[in-house]
Amino acid sequence: MSSSSSIPTDSTTSKTAVRVRDVTKTFGTGDGRTVALKGVDFETREGELHLVVGPSGCGKTTLLSVVAGTLDWDAGEIDVLGTRLNGMKKGAVTAFRGRHIGFIFQQFNLIPTLTCVENVSVPLLLNGVHRRQAESTAAELLQRVGLGDKGRKHPTELSGGQQQRVAIARALSHEPRLIICDEPTSALDRDTGHHIMDLLSTAARAPGRCVIIVTHDPRTYGYADRITEMEDGRVRQVLDGDALRHYVAQHA
Amino acid sequence: MFHLALKMLMGDRAKYIMLVGGLTFAALLMTQQNAVFQGLLSWTTSHLRNMRASIWVVEAHVDYANETKPLRDTDVNRVRSVKGVDFAVPMYQGILKAKDSDGADKQIMLIGLHGATLFGRPPQMLAGSLQQLRLPNTVVIDELGVQRLTAKSKRTIRIGDTFEINDREARIVGICRTERHFFGYPYVFSSYDQALQYAPRQRKMLSVILAEPKPGAAISDVALAIQRETGLKAYTSEEFAKVTVEYIWKNTGIPMSFMTTIILGFIVGVAVSGQTFFSFVLENLRHLGALKAMGASTWTLSRMLLLQAFTVGTIGYGMGVGLAALFGFAVLPVGQPPFLLEAGSMIKTAVAIVIMCCFSALLGIRKVARLEPAIVFRG
Repeated sequence: MSSSSSIPTDSTTSKTAVRVRDVTKTFGTGDGRTVALKGVDFETREGELHLVVGPSGCGKTTLLSVVAGTLDWDAGEIDVLGTRLNGMKKGAVTAFRGRHIGFIFQQFNLIPTLTCVENVSVPLLLNGVHRRQAESTAAELLQRVGLGDKGRKHPTELSGGQQQRVAIARALSHEPRLIICDEPTSALDRDTGHHIMDLLSTAARAPGRCVIIVTHDPRTYGYADRITEMEDGRVRQVLDGDALRHYVAQHA
Repeated sequence: MFHLALKMLMGDRAKYIMLVGGLTFAALLMTQQNAVFQGLLSWTTSHLRNMRASIWVVEAHVDYANETKPLRDTDVNRVRSVKGVDFAVPMYQGILKAKDSDGADKQIMLIGLHGATLFGRPPQMLAGSLQQLRLPNTVVIDELGVQRLTAKSKRTIRIGDTFEINDREARIVGICRTERHFFGYPYVFSSYDQALQYAPRQRKMLSVILAEPKPGAAISDVALAIQRETGLKAYTSEEFAKVTVEYIWKNTGIPMSFMTTIILGFIVGVAVSGQTFFSFVLENLRHLGALKAMGASTWTLSRMLLLQAFTVGTIGYGMGVGLAALFGFAVLPVGQPPFLLEAGSMIKTAVAIVIMCCFSALLGIRKVARLEPAIVFRG
């Protein structure tokens, strides 16, 4: 088992997709001050499905937010897909996210007044794809996640698992290189959760892509290529190989 | 993205209807009240349009068109003697009591026209002959007069019927169309001499002198010359209309009353649209945060909000002004309340609606600009 905050040495030739070095993030001031990240190091390689686990309040979601560029951090360096986020203007970070990162949220965050096809087409439209082309691509993606017949339905007409599959289709629609997932299975039953993880696992194998998942759900551990366990704003351990298999067996 | 912005807006039926309804109500209230006010203001100067004289000579202390302070009979000749005056004629105007055939008293606006010229005659005769005003005890009444002077128990009065003005017989020889007077009384036209017999006797009976300039003479120059040489007040028709409207603005509570309603309409519109739109944004904050996380810039989201605000604004404006116009179509044939919907009123309503939309959208934009996309990761 690797020691706290250490980055395992990878003998494979896959490239680093995300590199976080000594990142600190504090919320609030004075008595209400909370240090969410305390000098965190974190790395993910292309082709990986990387889980970030740990108890509530340990800083998993904050780490995910700073990697996604949706939250500013106080100190440290963040490189995502070869781009240094430090010093980038907000507009440039937003544009970078729009082009290269796909999101899957715990509560799906599908827009209820739009149909499934329209929801899936949103990232494409934000990237300037023409409406007709975007909707055609969205329909194909819905087909791929097994919801080909639900394109004209609204999210509220679907089950939780179906909604999450729509969210996966949306996250994949603009072919991002990094997919960031926040508790994607926590609102789903066992079978549906496995189906969703199968889809994410497949997505992670696409060339040049990686998937980072923040989760509390031990059912998902078996899908991981690497697990980073966090505790109290720090990386407690990073697991892969035999250590990972042992960890998964322990939590099965 | 903009078609999706519209779908997001219209998909939330309750808020959409509330927004359109609030803006429709505001646009209706502002346009309708403005049109009624403009209509009422136009009534204050209808007298001038009904008589159509170029120059109105009145007593020096008369402040507006519907006020009467008598002149001396000799003033007509003094005006006629002013250089540039082509002709000048006396006119009587006064509010008198008439009695219908049931004996009920009705107020009328009696106009006595110069017998030889009948200058200041009603704009449109609908029936009968104006020339017969030269016969004794004859009058021409307007359409409102037909309505008001018809006794409840009898058929509609018509040419040949009689009624009483100040206990003297008045025989109808014509029906005319006029613009309604500000005071709301029907017009009854007679000859000047006849009007003096109908009216209660006073030391001075002449109300107004109507004058026309010689061909080629400037109306305003002639009016100034009359004023200078006679010491009377001489207005061109346009000036008299202007001072009359100014008098109403300064000396009556009418404008304030209408302005209050119009301002209330504006405030209601701002409050309803602002509050509803802001709550629409708040309810969609999570989705807007998700869009921001997915790469939508603040500028893109702001344009989406502006589009949503201006869409409900345009629909609300169209419906509000349309309803105000329908109100106008309904009341114009009846003649009450006054209604004058001008392009200016519609433009003012449009400006007010634009302000409401901008205010509503800005509330949302402010919220979206400060929105951290990381909000979507918080359970």
